[in-house]
This record gives sequence, structure tokens and C-alpha cells, in this order.
Amino acid sequence: MTAPLIDVRGLRKFFPIAKGMLGRITGHVRAVDDVSFSVQEGETLGLVGESGCGKTTTARCILRAIDPTDGQVLYRTSGGKIVDLAPMSPAELAPFRKEIQMIFQDPFGSLNPRMTLFDNVGEPLLVNGMRNRRERMDRVAELLRLVGLRPEFMHRFPHAFSGGQRQRIGIARALATSPRLVVADEPVSALDVSVQAQVLNLLLELQARLRLTFLFVAHDLSVVRHICDRVAVMYVGRLVELAPTDAVFSRPRHPYTAALMRAVPVPDPRVSGADGILKGEVPSPASPPSGCYFHPRCTLAQERCQREAPALQEVTPGHFARCHFAAELDLAMR
Amino acid sequence: MTIDAEPLLRVRDLRVSFQLDEGTVRAVDGVSFDVFPRQVVGIVGESGCGKSVTMRAVLQLIDPPGRITGGEITYRQNGRPIDLARVSPRSRQMRDLRGAEVALIPQEPMAAFSPVHTVGAQIIEAIMLHERLGRGEARARTVELFRDVGISMAEQRVDAYSWQLSGGLRQRAMIAMALSCRPRLLIADEPTTAIDVTTQAQILALLRELQQKYDTAIIFITHDLGVIAQMANYVVVMYLGRVMEEGPVDEIFHAPKHPYTRALLRSIPSLQTETRAALPVIAGTLPHPFNRPPGCPFHPRCEDIRRGYCDVAVPALHALGPRRAVSCFLHSDAAEPA
Repeated sequence: MTAPLIDVRGLRKFFPIAKGMLGRITGHVRAVDDVSFSVQEGETLGLVGESGCGKTTTARCILRAIDPTDGQVLYRTSGGKIVDLAPMSPAELAPFRKEIQMIFQDPFGSLNPRMTLFDNVGEPLLVNGMRNRRERMDRVAELLRLVGLRPEFMHRFPHAFSGGQRQRIGIARALATSPRLVVADEPVSALDVSVQAQVLNLLLELQARLRLTFLFVAHDLSVVRHICDRVAVMYVGRLVELAPTDAVFSRPRHPYTAALMRAVPVPDPRVSGADGILKGEVPSPASPPSGCYFHPRCTLAQERCQREAPALQEVTPGHFARCHFAAELDLAMR
Repeated sequence: MTIDAEPLLRVRDLRVSFQLDEGTVRAVDGVSFDVFPRQVVGIVGESGCGKSVTMRAVLQLIDPPGRITGGEITYRQNGRPIDLARVSPRSRQMRDLRGAEVALIPQEPMAAFSPVHTVGAQIIEAIMLHERLGRGEARARTVELFRDVGISMAEQRVDAYSWQLSGGLRQRAMIAMALSCRPRLLIADEPTTAIDVTTQAQILALLRELQQKYDTAIIFITHDLGVIAQMANYVVVMYLGRVMEEGPVDEIFHAPKHPYTRALLRSIPSLQTETRAALPVIAGTLPHPFNRPPGCPFHPRCEDIRRGYCDVAVPALHALGPRRAVSCFLHSDAAEPA
């Protein structure tokens, strides 16, 4: 088997907490704490969890939008060489920037309202050295067609487009430099249901055509179930479960994953979703609880969970869970 | 569940339009529905369908250039019907009604609270405005409300500012504020859109519990069909300012009549759907409000279009039963007067 396209090992990102006038550092927010996973070429990995769990911070470390505190982000270049993106300087990173692109959550805030579609989508091309305007126009026209928009729209401004169309523009921009890895941060959560389905279908289609690899950050499990090959669940900066999508949904091995799934309201009035609601709130990553971080909210917690932090263990081949009782628990869904 | 014979709120042929430089936008274009006491009515539709504007009209909170141009909004106050569409937005009567009889849980709890006053002070102010209570009594009720909505350390949290609370707590405080004067009708405008699924599940469970305890009717606005299925007894489906279909929740989900409702239900990914298969979608895009199609607003995207009918005349909302109605030429030839 070839090496994965991206291999994250022991990733950490701590943010210092400064107090007082002198800005003394009194502690750290452990936003991402020892996260490891890999993504194969052509695969979609879903990164899920509640707000503040560190999923976006993890994605940003991979993009090197922020600098990781520790760990490796191993990337397989198109030449087959393995490089570590984590410690690279901006100059060293430059050749890889165009290969790793991002689709943003907010289709209204992520496009420059003073730039036409041609400038919005064509900017990454200009930055990457495509100086000829004619050439850029041809490429932008091709990209717009690719995402299902008419090339004539090129000279219009973003305000003339609906949320779904703007998200297509954002996708076209992300694809401008022919990336190999696309990080999508909640790309459909701001869209209406009917538009959401169109954009999800577009992502699936583009992936098949262009052999893209997706890191899909989301909190909506039904969307994740629909689009991802594998799912990684995060809680307070740590991975708690990592497995193929079907395995996670048919038999989750971590009580937190099961609780997240139960929380999704079922679009059928005959199925009651009232039972087993997760109580309490997510603990602060600045002062996480002892033992298993999930024990204060876990209905199945035992004395050992308070004391001892569980390790991420492989329960069945390819199915990892961070729970002392992962092998025994039967958390099958309704 | 027993349904009282008289509706608490009866909306008939409501029309709201916005007069803009570029033209007139008919945001709400002939909407009719009833809300009975103790009922949860879900209003579902995509952005721009007029669901929020309808509710703002009920509260008389339409700002110029918007205007209610027609229809009736009959609210039954102590058994006496009042047509809110005829009451001046700034009148004493309307002010007494807002918050006390009809309360709103807005979409963005962060924007709804003032950041320079404590949440408690804002709730106490609302209580004292509507009821003859001293500050001490109003504060005691606020603390009690905070406990009711599941805010721990209620005594201390009353003195917190909204920005000191987490998203879930802020939404709970907002619900406490909406319930502070014991309203008979609660309008919840996408109350869980900006929060996590787990918190959403907590808030929905809380609303269900409080609805039983306080005996209020709720109008629940959302675009999330899962939330509607779990919360509502009765559902109104809207598209481009018109009601497409309405009926009991089970019939909407298991026997939808309108092609739009059917298409909407098919297009939602659920935990049960097959992995990595294309979802059925509604063809085309939502028309721009200035370019409303003639005839049925949904006809350009409809799979079951009847040429010569749907693209010519607007189907009227036709009653199929006592509490079931649909506006579609597949079910009735009744059209709106041209």
C-alpha cells in the first residue's frame, strides 16, 4: 500500500492564557492534544465534535494557517517524497500551499464583495504565477463550469448570488490551483436543506472526477454519514473514536459518539428522540477533568474512568476508541 | 391531545410586502393557518420563504419599507378576538401584548441580549414593565425561572452578562426571558440553529417540558425537518411566501401531498441513508424575490407540473379535511382570483 497522502502524528496546539498587565502566562488551553490520524489519497475523512473540541484547530494546523506546538504533519508530495509540513518556514511551505486548499463555512463572509467572480476565483491563479489574463479567464470559465455555474457570471459580483451558488464559487476557488487535499470546514452547515443536498452531491462528483482527498470538518453527523469514508470523533482536544463510517454508525465504540448520534433529531415523528440526551456541557480544554475527559457526562462511567485516562485502542481492525470498556460496550443504534 | 374549538391565533390571507427601489418584494403572499391553545405548530421552509416575516407580522414588528398589505391576524385575548393587523405597532395595546401574551425567542441569543446590562436586569425589566411587581419579587421570579430552564447556580448567573455565558446557557436565559410573563403564545424563531446538536437536544427537551408545565402554545420556525418531526403537532410548509401544505405532523411526514414537501423530505441526509450515494435534489434554484414566477411559485422546479395550469394560475389553499390543506393543482382546481 502506498503511504497516506497526509499523516498526522502526535499533533499538539496549545494556546497560552495570559493574565494581568505583564501578560504572565498562567496556563494553556490544550486545544489539540496528541492527535494522530492519516488520510489516504482519494479518501474523505470526517472530523466531528462539538464546538470547541479542536476540530477546526486541527484542520488549521494541517493547512499551516497556524503553527502547531508539537507533532508532525507528514505529506506525500506528487513526486512520492514524504515531507513534514509542521516545522517548515513560510518559504519552504510555498510550493505545497497550492496543493492543500480550503473551502470555508460561510459563503457570505469568505468571498470578497468588491471583487468579481473572475477576481475571486482567479486570485489564487495570479498568486501562483499565472500572469496572462486571457489564460486566467479560460481557467476561471472552466472552473465555473466544473461547479455548475455559467461562465458568463464571471464578471458579476458575489452579492448577485444565493448562498448555494456562493458556496459553489468558494469551491471553484479552492479547486483553482488543482489541489490534492481539500480541507472543507463545515461547507454545508450554513445552507438550506435542498441546497445542501446539491452541494454535497457536487463534492462527491468532483472527488470522483478529480481524485481529490477531503478532510471534512463538520458537526452534523447525518451529513458526515453521507459523505465520509472514515470518521474521526474529537472531544476536548483529543480523538475519542476513529473508524470506517459504516462501523461507527452501526456500532459506535465510545459512549460520546453514541450520544452525539442520539442527539441528531430524526426526521420522522414516529421515532422518539427524547431518550438518552447528553447532560451538562463540554469541559474547558484549559482545565479538563481527571481520568477520561468524558466521565462527568458519561452515563456508563465507573470509578476507574475518574482515575485513569484511557488510551486509544484498536477494538476491531481499523476501529479505534478511547474508552476503557470499548470492547464490551454494546452501543448499537436504534 | 385535546384541541380547543377556538384557535388562539388565526391568520387569514396575510400579505406583507417590502417596497424597495428595485421593485416590490411580496415576502408573505396570502398565508393562512391556525394555532390552537397548547399546540406546537411548526413552520418549515427554506431561507426567503417568508416564515420569519410572517411571525414578525404577528408581533407587528415589520419595519419600513415593509408593510402588512392585507389579511387578518386574529388573536384571542381572554376570549375576545382582536385583529392585530389593524392595531398600530406603537399602540399601548400592542405593547402590552408583546412579551406578556405573545413572546419571541429570537434566533441569535448573542445579538438579542444587551452586552452592557446583566441578563437578570433585562429579564427583571421585562417583568416589571408588564406586571405590578417590586424589584425584589421580579428578581425572585427570575431566579426561579433560571432554575426552571436548567441553569445551575441561578442566584449567581442572574448577575452575569450575556457574553459570560456559553451558547447553551445564553439560549436558556433567552427562554427564561420569553417565559417571564407567562405568555400564552411563544414564537421560537430557529432557536437552535447556531448551537451544537447535543445542546440542541437539551434545549428541545426543555422546550417540550416547559410547554407542558406552562400550558403555552408554540410556533416553532425552522428549516430543520428533524427538529420539526420531534417538536411539532401540526406543520405548515412554506415556499416563496405561500403555504404549500399544512396538516398534522404524521401526515406531513408519512403522507405528504405537495410535490415540494415530498422533494424536501427526499433531499435530507439522515443517519439511515446509504453512505456516499448521491442525494435526490430539488432541481433548479430558489427564484430571486424580484423574479417571482407566474402561477404556482414552485412550478419551475416541480416534477409533476401540469402545463397550462401551474404556470398560469396560482393554486388556492384548498382544504382536504378539517385540519389539512394543500395548494396544488394536482389536488384541486381551485385557483386564486387573478
